[in-house]
Amino acid sequence: MKQASLIDYSIHLADNALILGHRNSEWCGHGPVLEQDIALANISLDLIGQARNFYQYAASLLNDSSTEDTLAYLRDTRDFRNLLLTELPNGDWSQTILRQFFFSAFQYLQYGVLQKSSDTQLAAIAAKALKEVTYHLRWSSEWVIRLGDGTAESRSRIEQALAFLWPYTGELFMCSPEEEMLSAENISVNPSTLAKEWNDRVSSVFDQATLPTPRAEGKETTWMHSGGKKGVHTEHLGYVLAEMQFLQRAYPGAEW
Amino acid sequence: MNAEWPLWEVFVRSKQGLDHKHVGSLHAADAAMAMENARDVYTRRMEGVSLWVVESKYIHASNPTENGEMYDPANDKAYRHPTFYDLPDSLKHM
Repeated sequence: MKQASLIDYSIHLADNALILGHRNSEWCGHGPVLEQDIALANISLDLIGQARNFYQYAASLLNDSSTEDTLAYLRDTRDFRNLLLTELPNGDWSQTILRQFFFSAFQYLQYGVLQKSSDTQLAAIAAKALKEVTYHLRWSSEWVIRLGDGTAESRSRIEQALAFLWPYTGELFMCSPEEEMLSAENISVNPSTLAKEWNDRVSSVFDQATLPTPRAEGKETTWMHSGGKKGVHTEHLGYVLAEMQFLQRAYPGAEW
Repeated sequence: MNAEWPLWEVFVRSKQGLDHKHVGSLHAADAAMAMENARDVYTRRMEGVSLWVVESKYIHASNPTENGEMYDPANDKAYRHPTFYDLPDSLKHM
């Protein structure tokens, strides 16, 4: 039971990183300027690297024919456990930036706790990834401030992104049964314990960006989407997987 | 958009104790963005431990058409090198 929860949890962490990494990689060659194109591609590679570590760990626990590749390429939408936020379309630059900011602020806190996990493998992966995430948070925070406190055009775009993305931030803090069970043994993080600090961090960046804080004084006034952690996804994930998995589905076992 | 962002020169120190060396240039809206861009463009393969960025307009370069008067007069002044001088044998540790 505990083993099964640990596998599910590792896959959840991997799926988050893989799906957002893939989304960001869609910008490769399309960034607004060369320097930012490279910056986002770097973040993609960081996230996909994190996903590999968690998938490899899950595969070793599964101890069957699973590998990091089968977990990434041969599962269907209902098997994926990523947060809905990570699968949402890129939209414009501001939507991509804000999605990254919300996620990095969460991941920063999550890995911060996870690096002290009693599971040494999870702790090691989190500790290694935390430096990467710290930079993702810094980079995306800078951009949120620039866009919010920038021109009328940038401001209106990030306001639209905020209206679209905000209802997907509630799921970050919803605790799955696996997280509930594993956090009791200090293996995983109970995400609901991260909500306050996440709000504070987001508010602090939003203040600098002169953007209104959506969740004033921690009171939720927006209806929140959820389901990703249970495998119930938006329509978008299927398209992500179709592109990402096409090669392995059409040419099983293909290598390069 | 690119045309509106000023050009910056990037200097990377590859190891502690070495000098910062010019590695290239990039576009950025301000110093903070230039620093992050430099990190992402020039240090992703462990090239450095320290970065300097300078807006290119603040670098004043000598004019190549004036190279003659600037540098050629040093050509025949070997006596400006310490090796030009014979040292007395009694002088040690030089």
